[in-house]
Order: sequence, then structure tokens, then C-alpha cells
Amino acid sequence: MSATRVRAIVLKELREYRRNGSIVATMAILPLIFLIEPLIQIFSLPAASAGTLLHKAPLLYMLGIPTLLPAALAAYSVVSERQQGTLEPVLTTPIRREEFLLGKALAVLAPGLALSYLVFGAAIASIALFAQSAVASAVLRAPELVAQLVFTPLLAGLSIWVGVAISARSNDTRVAQQLSVLGSLPAVVVTALIAFGVIRPTLGLALGLGAGLLFVDVQGWRFVSPMFDRERLITGTKS
Amino acid sequence: MNPDPSSAPGGKTNTAALAVEHLSKSFGERVAFRDVSFEVGYGEVFGFLGPNGAGKTTTVRTLGTLIGPTSGSATVAGVPLTPENGVEIRRRIAIMPELPGLYLRLTVTENLECFAGLYESPDPRERIDAALGAVNLADRAGDPCGALSKGLRQRVALARALLGDPQVLFLDEPTSGLDPVAARDVHELIDELRQRGVTIFLTTHRLEEAERLCDRVAILNTTLRMIGRPDDLRDQLFAKTITARTLKPLPDPDGVFGGVAGVDGWHADGSGGYAIAVSDSTVAAPAITRALVDAGADVLSIGESRHSLEDVYLELIDEDAELQTGPG
Ligand SMILES: Nc1ncnc2c1ncn2[C@@H]1O[C@H](COP(=O)(O)OP(=O)(O)OP(=O)(O)O)[C@@H](O)[C@H]1O
Ligand SMILES: [Mg+2]
Repeated sequence: MSATRVRAIVLKELREYRRNGSIVATMAILPLIFLIEPLIQIFSLPAASAGTLLHKAPLLYMLGIPTLLPAALAAYSVVSERQQGTLEPVLTTPIRREEFLLGKALAVLAPGLALSYLVFGAAIASIALFAQSAVASAVLRAPELVAQLVFTPLLAGLSIWVGVAISARSNDTRVAQQLSVLGSLPAVVVTALIAFGVIRPTLGLALGLGAGLLFVDVQGWRFVSPMFDRERLITGTKS
Repeated sequence: MNPDPSSAPGGKTNTAALAVEHLSKSFGERVAFRDVSFEVGYGEVFGFLGPNGAGKTTTVRTLGTLIGPTSGSATVAGVPLTPENGVEIRRRIAIMPELPGLYLRLTVTENLECFAGLYESPDPRERIDAALGAVNLADRAGDPCGALSKGLRQRVALARALLGDPQVLFLDEPTSGLDPVAARDVHELIDELRQRGVTIFLTTHRLEEAERLCDRVAILNTTLRMIGRPDDLRDQLFAKTITARTLKPLPDPDGVFGGVAGVDGWHADGSGGYAIAVSDSTVAAPAITRALVDAGADVLSIGESRHSLEDVYLELIDEDAELQTGPG
């Protein structure tokens, strides 16, 4: 692994994001969608109903940001370079596929985490400032906030590997992006089940899910890098 | 700065920059190139010619470790071409692909910065400046690549290939789409790289370019048709010809040329001259001149007509086309 090469890919990616209107729009709109829904729910709640929130953990819904945003960006990562014809020159350099994939993944993780935490912070601040105080204290509970902080990178990691894997095997950017949404569906479903109170968020559940996700995040590139077939990516046929 | 070419892993001392043996590549049923063998020495400029679809780009991609050969073997910059050696080979070579493949949203400098990083260049700033200078693009360094013309993008791709200080440089049609001045600049750059000892593998459709720049050329048409110095290919394929031009047509050309030693035959060239096939022009040319004067002809000009590399190429490829359509 060469840190210089990984850094070169990350820097290049971040520069490209900034100048890509559709990516900037995705980064702006997705978080807003996931911010507005829980806030409306919370702000419209009268103080007397604060008790109903106890087991629903409404803020968990916001984990949709670190799930869906990185998936969308990661799905774009390999296939877009292939479609623009920029993959071939990169692969003529001494780069290893693991370095390329890690660079791509980190370039998604950085803005994904930054935006997730930013939006989450904004939500907490506005709840603390503007919601009924009974509601606010029901929503803003330490274990949930900690869970939120911890699960944000764990979920983002999973989404990124699924997205990169799909991207490495797709021939079309749009198809890749649609598939990546499906890929992050399990995470969305678990989050939603908790948010709607179907599953109770216990410490045991959190630890189990967290350990599973951590394993996948750390080992992810082992699964993903074999999917990156130079020959297929350049010629469209399998080696 | 080039690593010692003899220090290849495997301990063997390799004198050839490229050694290719019976290399073939097929995409399913479609054969891209078959049973190709050749060697290129260090510091050589090697031309790789052939019609569209001949397998040139596929050969470059195969030697550049982007795709694997179907069969055969090769050594690239002293390193055996195997899947495990991909990184080691790519460290020693650079490829300017057929299409520039630039990040269009990034500026010229940003594109080059990315690749200087990928080559782990120790002094990226200086390298980038040198590469930009070499292709005369210093004044466009801050422009987004998307705003550059086709030829300018081509030059950025060339600059990018120079960043890694390669021992072997593959150029896949580097001058296609360039204006005459820019093409000449690229030719000068190739000459300069040759002087620095860089081995250059050049595919091109510009035959006069290959003729001028290349020490040796190979003509590929799925299989390797011919390989050698442009002069030798000419001599192998064509008899030497002397063209004589006279003020008035000769009354008896057979009588004039038939008696001259070293003349193998002649024909009127259709524009008032005579094309005389000879085995050795240094003997035949003076003898023909004397014969013409003796016959009382008013000689306007006499000289050896040289077949160009283009003649060689067209002759070979036409032969292939005839073989394919079959006689009759
Ligand atoms: N990815 C691919 N899948 C299937 N066939 C391919 C592929 N790439 C090349 N070929 C075939 O292999 C043959 C050689 O192609 P190649 O691109 O190497 O030719 P070339 O000599 O570079 O031609 P040109 O002068 O047009 O650039 C062609 O018949 C081509 O159709
Ligand atoms: Mg080609």
C-alpha cells in the first residue's frame, strides 16, 4: 500500500466532487430530506405525548444520511471513471487496485461523515432550542446520541463497500446508483424498524449490530477488490 | 534517474527493453493479434504500424499489463510479463493511451498532480513544470481540461506520460489530431527522449513520421508482417529503381536499356519518364546515363527513385487484403 497514491486518488476525488453539480446537489438534498421528516414529527408533538417517543428513538431515522449518501457517491466511483475513459490512464500507473479502491472509499467517507455529523448536530441544536422541553428531553437521551455517533461511520462503511462493489461491476452510472440504494436497504430497514418502534433498541442489539458492521467495514476491501477486474473494466470483457 | 535495467527481478540480465515471444490475444472468438514476436533494444525508437483493427492498441495494453495475453510470453523493461509483476512493470513504463482520458473538471495542473502522486514522484512540482514545458502547455496550466481543444488534451496526456520518468514509453498515436507545428513539437520531443535513452514504442498511422523517427518499424496486421529498419524493408520489398527523364520519348528504349549491365527491366512511368529496375544503382546509374547520351537522347534528369515506407506498407497490406478476398 502506498499512502502517496491513496492520497492522490482522495485529493483528486474531492476536487472532482466540488465541481460536479449533480454530486453537490445530492450532498445537499439527501441530508435535507432526512433532517426535515424527524424535525416535523418532533416539533408537531405536544408536550404531553413526549412519553410515546421513549422507545421510538426518532433521531435514528437520520442514520439514513450516512447510509444513503455514501452509497450514492460510492456507486458513482468506478463506473463514472470507466464511462469517461479516465480509468485506463490511471491503471497504467503503478497503482494497485486496493490503493485505488481505498482512495475511492476514503473520498466518499470524508464528506459522508462530515455531512452526517453536521446535519445531526443541527438537528440536536434546533430540538434543544425550539422543541417543547418535555419532548426535547425525551428525544435527546445520551445512549441514543452515542449510538448515533457510533453507528454513523459504521453504516457509512458498509454502504461504501456495497456501492464500490456495485460500481466496479456495472456498465452504467445510473444503473449503479439505483442498485446501490437497494444495497443499503438492509441498513435502512433496521434503522426504520427501530425508528417506528418495531424493534426495541437495546444495548445488546446495538453491540451485536455494531460488531457485525465493524467486521464488514474492516474486511470490506477483501470482498470488494476481487470484483475489480482490470481487464473487464478496460475492455468490457472478462479476463 | 532510471533504475538499472539489468537489476530485473529474477536475476537475469536483460539487454532488451521489450522481448516478445509468440504473444497472442483474443477476445472470445475475435483474434486481436496472434503469434507476435519481436525485440526492442534499450534506447530504440520502435514504430508499430498497421491498419485499423490490426491489434496495435491491444498489444500496447497487453505489454502495459492492463490486459493479460491469451498465450505467449514477454519481458517488459527487464521484467517478465506476469500478473504478479504488474506493479513492477508499470513502475518502469508509461503509456499515453489512444484517448487522453483526462479529468475534464480538473485543471491541467490538477490532472498532472494526481498522476505525479500515482507515480510517487519525489519532486512533483518540478516534474510537472518540466512535463508542461516539454509539451508547450505552461501557459494553459490553470485551464480546466474540459475547456481544451482536442490537440491540447492530447498534449496533456503526453505530459502525463512523462511524469513517471519511464524507461519505456508507449505512445499510442501521439500525433493523431495534432496540427503540423504541434506534431513537429512531438517529434522533437521524441528525439529528445531518445537522446536521454528512453525506449519509445510508437504506434502511428503517419508513415512519414515513422520513417523519420523510428530506428526500426514493425508492420502488424493481426500477425506481424515485417520488421526491420525502414531502409531494409524497402529493399526487401522493392527492386531499386532509377528514373530517367528525356526531352523526347526514346525511339527504341529496349535497345538503349537492354544493353546496359545491371538493368533488370524497364517501363515507361506514364509521365514521360522511364522507370528502370536495377540491382545496384551505383553501377547502373552511370551506365544508363552513358547509354542515353550515346543514343543521342536529351536527358532532363536521372536519379534513384526511393520507395517510401508508405509504399512498403501499402504493398504489404494490399497483399493481405488480396489474400483475404482470395484470388478470383
Ligand atoms: N474490448 C474488446 N472486445 C472485443 N474485441 C476487441 C476489443 N478491443 C479490441 N478488439 C478487437 O481486436 C482487434 C484489434 O483492436 P485494436 O484496438 O488493438 O486495433 P488497433 O490496431 O489499435 O486499431 P486502430 O488503428 O483503429 O487504433 C480489433 O478487431 C478489435 O475489434
Ligand atoms: Mg488503436
